[in-house]
Amino acid sequence: MSENKVTTTLDVKGLNCPLPILKTKKAINEIKISENIKVIATDPGSVNDFQAWIESTGHELVESTEENGIFRYLIKKTK
Amino acid sequence: MSEKKKKIAIIASKANLADAYPPFILASTAAAMDYEVSIFFTFFGLNLLKKKGLKKVKITPVGETAMPKPIPQIVGIIPGMTDIATTMMKNWMKKANVVSLEELRELSIEAGVKMIACQMTMDVMKVKKEELIDEIEVGGAATFLQFASEADITLYI
Repeated sequence: MSENKVTTTLDVKGLNCPLPILKTKKAINEIKISENIKVIATDPGSVNDFQAWIESTGHELVESTEENGIFRYLIKKTK
Repeated sequence: MSEKKKKIAIIASKANLADAYPPFILASTAAAMDYEVSIFFTFFGLNLLKKKGLKKVKITPVGETAMPKPIPQIVGIIPGMTDIATTMMKNWMKKANVVSLEELRELSIEAGVKMIACQMTMDVMKVKKEELIDEIEVGGAATFLQFASEADITLYI
């Protein structure tokens, strides 16, 4: 059973590349391993950017959704 | 955790608006992606390390035919047009919520990006170390090459 409790929510709506990634990195440094962070963004480029960031950092993208131009990412800190 | 960190080495050699952004954008992002990052600032790129240098970063309309709102080339040579074009461009960037160079440089430093000022350029352009931001190292070609030889990505901007 994976616990998808959101520890922190990060709102980066309106922000453009590379800020959503930079702010997510900062925020993930603040939480503990296996805690989750929810990121809310409007940058359409963030879909690919978060995928790449996840692959590079090794954290887990638990969920990625899009609704009316709002992108939500649920990320689990793995290390 | 045990895996080796990837490395990226960047040379920043220019200081106009279009060329000043990529080194800082890529460096700060790479650091956020857990890369070890070094930028070597040489020639005009050295301006990007000056405490007041980022104010001098401009866009020159002469030769730049792809402005969002094109400026006729002949108009570009009128005194003051560089400042006007720069202000226009910065306003468009602000409207698109693009981060300022100052903030981007700050974020890069905070993320642990290593910045190396080219000693030879400092001598040529008579730049004193006190004019540069504190968080830098001074070095030469060998310093950069040593790091670049181990880098996964090397970029000349």
